[in-house]
Amino acid sequence: MIVAGIDVGGKNVHVVILKDGAIAAQGAAAAGIQKAQAAERLYDEMLRKAGLTQADVGRVVATGSAGKRVAFADACIADAAADARGVNRLFPSTRTVIDVGAEEGRAIKISPDGKVLDFAINEKCAAGTGTFVEAMAIALEISVEEMSTISLKSNKSIPMNAQCAVFGESEVVSLIHQNTEKQDIAKAVHDAIAGRVASVARIVGMEKDIAVIGGMAKNEGFIDSLKKEIGMDIIVPVDPDFVGALGAAESAAKGVLEEKVAAKVVGQEIVEGG
Amino acid sequence: MAKYKTEGLHCWQKAKELTKKYYQDYKESPARGGLRWEGGAWSFDAIPQALEGEVHGLSEEPYGASIAHNPELQVRYQEAAEGKWGCARDLCSYMRAYWGSVALNEYAYGGPWPHADFIFQNQICCCHSKWLQVADEIDGGTTPYFCFDVGVGPYDKIGDRQIEYVVAQLYDGIAFIERVTGRRIVEEKLIQNVYNTYRSNCYWAKTCELNQAIPAPLDEKTMFSLYVLGTLEKSNRAVADFYEKELYPEVKDRVVNKIAAVADERCRVLGDSQPPWGFLRIYRYLEQYGIVSVANLYTFSLIGWMKVDSNGLLVPYPTLEEQGITIKDRDHALRLLVEGELKGKLMWAPFYGANYKNDLVTKIAKQWRCDAAIIHLNRGCEGTAQHQMQLKIALQKMGIPAMTFEGNMADEREFDEGRVLRLIELFVTETLGLKKVPKDRKGRG
Repeated sequence: MIVAGIDVGGKNVHVVILKDGAIAAQGAAAAGIQKAQAAERLYDEMLRKAGLTQADVGRVVATGSAGKRVAFADACIADAAADARGVNRLFPSTRTVIDVGAEEGRAIKISPDGKVLDFAINEKCAAGTGTFVEAMAIALEISVEEMSTISLKSNKSIPMNAQCAVFGESEVVSLIHQNTEKQDIAKAVHDAIAGRVASVARIVGMEKDIAVIGGMAKNEGFIDSLKKEIGMDIIVPVDPDFVGALGAAESAAKGVLEEKVAAKVVGQEIVEGG
Repeated sequence: MAKYKTEGLHCWQKAKELTKKYYQDYKESPARGGLRWEGGAWSFDAIPQALEGEVHGLSEEPYGASIAHNPELQVRYQEAAEGKWGCARDLCSYMRAYWGSVALNEYAYGGPWPHADFIFQNQICCCHSKWLQVADEIDGGTTPYFCFDVGVGPYDKIGDRQIEYVVAQLYDGIAFIERVTGRRIVEEKLIQNVYNTYRSNCYWAKTCELNQAIPAPLDEKTMFSLYVLGTLEKSNRAVADFYEKELYPEVKDRVVNKIAAVADERCRVLGDSQPPWGFLRIYRYLEQYGIVSVANLYTFSLIGWMKVDSNGLLVPYPTLEEQGITIKDRDHALRLLVEGELKGKLMWAPFYGANYKNDLVTKIAKQWRCDAAIIHLNRGCEGTAQHQMQLKIALQKMGIPAMTFEGNMADEREFDEGRVLRLIELFVTETLGLKKVPKDRKGRG
């Protein structure tokens, strides 16, 4: 059985192709403005990589904030649902998922079978998202990767009070003017995001195990700040930004199985009726 | 085939006509020698409406909601309030819309802003008393203004002392109205208005109680257009008659005959706070999943009078006839009016603490057999948005899945429809595990 999951987010597209439950190919690309085209291009590229064609794929499920724009998908599921499925496949003991992507930070409470029990999402605020880190990295004239690394060297705690990315940037500029070390500013930014994300996670209640996914989970500085903020251990998957696409692919696999079961039932009815 | 029968309300048109007449009368009454006054949904309109001759009021919140319902007016009026008057965007959005209307000298129902002869208002929420004071300042600052305080405690802490405190202010209010208008308050009219107020408020509560039935005879979106009459002029005989003699019997009949608001009702949800008026289509979206919004403390008790009975259940407050009371005179009328408002308007209780909101709403959730809650975190109304996150926890503790979405009752700039629909879909499909009703089965009244 071959299925695909496509996660079209605010900034990037992720594709995961599963063949008999194993990952046959996965890849990411910038979503750009033409998100649907970007998704299809990447999907075709991943199929080629796996030595497959579109006709080989039994079911495609899309997710993400622009998931509904993937016209060739058989279904679209909510991003939190995809997160839950993906994390459940990787770490079945997870009960709380924290997903911090480019445009949104969310916390999801999940059941042992990967269902969404409760969720909370940061509303209309960029200060708890990856976009905020990117903006701050630009202000510091360093890369996001460097920001992640240098913040781990800081042992200072500088509070950032701003409630939004715009004012946050102005605070960073003030710190730069005060000759504050870049590593300390980077840590201040990560601490601020961690605080924001933790407050969202507290809405659903943080129950062990806790997994952090999304692009921001690749940022070690942020993960360090978040661990300290919540005072609990955190699981981070190897490819945290692919979990949504993986969950969508899992959902596609489940859909194929359900279709097969439904076909069997219909078949039996025909036999019985005939 | 759909699960239940469904059809529109026969009295729907009447409700629309009454609303239209209300706003028209306010506009046109001076030409007929009538007086105009401004107040709010919680004003004791029985008093100014007892003036001799023709008199009409303008109720501030429903007027704000009318503006909110019209996207073009809404944004223009909000921007006028911000730009021309300089008010902050975190203030009550009904109030801002109202101020914008005054600042632009436009009446949402046509023509220039209709200047009032006096203002008769009360104070319970954080902005009621300032609302019309500022509106009048924008309008020139010449309108005589009277405001009385009803913040005397929640429904279960009302005794003679609290009632006396408000009644004494009403006597001052009557003297004020008579002085500034040169007309007198007619006792017979006042008494009749109090009877009507009881009938409007109690029969709306009785109608809401009928929604405990499965299938629900009414959906909340329809109820919005029905409770509004009580927010406009609950003391009006036509309004009281509508509630007692038209709406209540018809809804009772729907319950008996299992006529549903949503033909495929399979999930009953509880709402909270005012809706985002410009986006009521989210209720229709819910119907695609067989979801019907059946209950909301705000929708019930904005005008509906209720009480907690000896079994701890929410029940409609009794009418004067049911209590076997005949109003004797002016003083008796005022005391009964105050008693009903202070003891029966449960909507005021959350102003005194989250425990009241949690207690009342969890009772509603149980009695109205709600399967889930969808809570509008209403940035436009601090009063009704109080304690909403605590309420979510309280509902979840009793096993009711609950979700929240951010919005604003009267400022569409603060409502992201696509995002909200994504959240609702997540909640509905994942947490509630519902799928869309097949298209050929959809239907509603």
